[in-house]
Amino acid sequence: MNDAHFLDIRDLKIGVTVREPGTPPRDITIVHGVSTTLGKGKVLGLIGESGAGKSTIGLSSLAYGRGGVEITGGEVFVNGRDILEMGRSGLNAFRGREVSYVSQSAAAGFNPAHRLIDQVIEATLEHGLMSKADAEARAKELFAALSLPDPETIGDRYPHQVSGGQLQRVMTAMALCPKPDLIVFDEPTTALDVTTQIDVLAAIKNAIRLTGVAALYITHDLAVVAQVADEIMVLRDGVTIEHGSTKQIIEDPQEDYTQALVSVRSIVHQEKQPDAQPLIRMENIVAGYGSGPDVIADVTVDIYQGQTLAVVGESGSGKSTLARVLTGLLPARSGQISFDGRTLTNAQKDRPLDDLRDIQMIYQMADTAMNPRQTIGTIIGRPIEFYFGIKGQELQNRIAALLEKIELPADMASRYPAELSGGQKQRVCIARALAAEPKVIICDEVTSALDPLVADGILKLLLDLQKRENVAYMFITHDLATVKAIADSIAVMHLGKLARYGTKTHVLTPPFDDYTDLLLSSVPEMELGWLEAVTASRKMESAGN
Amino acid sequence: MDLKTIPLSAWLGIFSTSLFAFAAIFAPLIAPYGLSDVVGDVWEPMSREHLLGTDNLGRDLLSRMIYGARTTLTIAALATIVSFTLGAFLGMAAAVIGGWADQLLSRGVDLLMSIPTLIFALVVLSVMPANILTLILVMGILDATRVFRLSRAVAVDVNVMDFVEAAKLRGEGRIWIITREILPNALSTLVAELGLRFIFMVLFLSALSFLGLGIQPPEADWGGMVKENKDGIIFGIPAALIPAGAIAVLAISVNLIADWILNRTTDLKGGRGGN
Repeated sequence: MNDAHFLDIRDLKIGVTVREPGTPPRDITIVHGVSTTLGKGKVLGLIGESGAGKSTIGLSSLAYGRGGVEITGGEVFVNGRDILEMGRSGLNAFRGREVSYVSQSAAAGFNPAHRLIDQVIEATLEHGLMSKADAEARAKELFAALSLPDPETIGDRYPHQVSGGQLQRVMTAMALCPKPDLIVFDEPTTALDVTTQIDVLAAIKNAIRLTGVAALYITHDLAVVAQVADEIMVLRDGVTIEHGSTKQIIEDPQEDYTQALVSVRSIVHQEKQPDAQPLIRMENIVAGYGSGPDVIADVTVDIYQGQTLAVVGESGSGKSTLARVLTGLLPARSGQISFDGRTLTNAQKDRPLDDLRDIQMIYQMADTAMNPRQTIGTIIGRPIEFYFGIKGQELQNRIAALLEKIELPADMASRYPAELSGGQKQRVCIARALAAEPKVIICDEVTSALDPLVADGILKLLLDLQKRENVAYMFITHDLATVKAIADSIAVMHLGKLARYGTKTHVLTPPFDDYTDLLLSSVPEMELGWLEAVTASRKMESAGN
Repeated sequence: MDLKTIPLSAWLGIFSTSLFAFAAIFAPLIAPYGLSDVVGDVWEPMSREHLLGTDNLGRDLLSRMIYGARTTLTIAALATIVSFTLGAFLGMAAAVIGGWADQLLSRGVDLLMSIPTLIFALVVLSVMPANILTLILVMGILDATRVFRLSRAVAVDVNVMDFVEAAKLRGEGRIWIITREILPNALSTLVAELGLRFIFMVLFLSALSFLGLGIQPPEADWGGMVKENKDGIIFGIPAALIPAGAIAVLAISVNLIADWILNRTTDLKGGRGGN
């Protein structure tokens, strides 16, 4: 056994048997011979788009294949033993003791019926590593190391009594409790808001340093992994593209694909100045669901012809609610919307067809935004037929023209949504919105479910279309990098109120209000030492106060 | 669809169901004797002249089985159509319209379902004129409550999908939303249910006939034939078991097909069943 190679993955091949209804089962290889080694106490970042095989490789170090996935070749040595050769009982003794796992969704990873502390020490007790009292003491130490509030008592709470970011840290404590040699982190911060992500990231990094555990850190966000990893392995379609030290990958990437990942979000967008007359003015909007409390209170924003208003905020800030008010699906409790100089009816069902046509929407999940039983042609042709009454050959021509605008081949019209990739689906949704020839399109988190490179393509397409069609966007997002790339004006929302609102330059130029400052400084940047710099400056500030 | 991928069980189901359907359609051509011709002695055993023997009045059992298939399958099929059209449409409408319309329909259905179906049917059929139309309507409406609940449940799920919201935002009417957005996505579940409901209809009709309120003699149907021949069982005569067996075989074969459809037409997102 060698400390520098205590995890040694050799020529790993992973396959999956696909059983589509109505066709005979097929074997597909998803990882094609990946090799890597990891020393004690080191952190290796696995990065790649969805389908790159990064999670599958991560799980293979627990000799586990998820949902029909099978390890078909290669060897995985942990502490000098080939874990793929272990029997069931050997694996039971090994998993959770030498290698543990932190999943993306901590909320789904905890049993809601048991207290946190009992779940955190369960594996430790199961393996007979410590007495119950010792394990609880260790768990409390870990809670403190992970900067959880009230480390002595937080373990007595139930999973629903702590926040998502705290739950993710408790899960990290659970993984660390049995003193494993290796932890597999599978996108541990992806589901969190940026302001929460930075705390979790700092806590994880701190805990890794304190306990000297090695880690595989799986993520699609290069800026995040650059903060915690010593080495980075870039994967694509189950093949290693590039493997090097974090410094080398970030500062001197060799492969084209890595360079593209590093330089993603480098769109430069020239901000436009507001016109005299806004296209849409939402004035003193108050709205809420059912008989519940107001979700947004007294919000006033303007949208200008051919420009983009970005609405930014964390989950629960009311940004999607604002969009629903504009569509009329959720009529405002008070306040009014003026459109092109006249007042727009609050409720969608009372609006005339032309008003409906002028406001179109693109959704976050392109999968559920398209009827899986309709062809692409039907999906984007229906608005044309519905609003303009165009049928037959003329309709086919219009559909072909729209497909060309969104840079998809014309023969897509006869395909079904399930046959398209994520990025293509989102393009079709853009085409459906464009088909109505609207004045404004509401984009609700349209890039957040996509891989960075694909998202970049969608943003470029949206900007390009804005130039050509002179359409306005209300762009809802939690991602500030996206905002910088496309916005003309920005509304920062916090707890249902406008925290800051104005042109892009105004909003992004200091002096900031506290919330905007917190939000802006929490966006991971693709440089080494960013995390330390931010946490250090925050400590200074709180000491100064 | 590739014929080779159809599993053996489904082939078995398709084969025997088509056999029954064939017998039903061409009954007058293939039945060796007339429906109510007395051609032999009472409860004759199986012989060359009477392949399945004769019944309690000396009529040829095979011929009556074949004519019975015709009556049983036709009435069950028509009642299933009534129950599906009514149940699926109202169920989806309730899900899409929501509010008071949903309450009214759903509570009405709860009320109907709270009375045992068979007793309800017996009461209604004993006061209504006994003809086939009444029978089909009563069976169809009573069974529509089950279809209503299923299609409402499926439609409620589909109704909250973004593509339905997109259609509503576009300003589409309810008819479009029900028929174009929701129905295609509910269809696989409904088709699988169709097979099951059809079998329940056959059983329901047989039960009614057995109790004397379904098909009236001298017309033949399987449930009625069990009734006519049930006394023979005491004397060790198997005539009653033949229509009963036919009901069982039909039920199993239609279920085999329904299972296969449910597995095959899983939703395109790759969920339910298929794997």
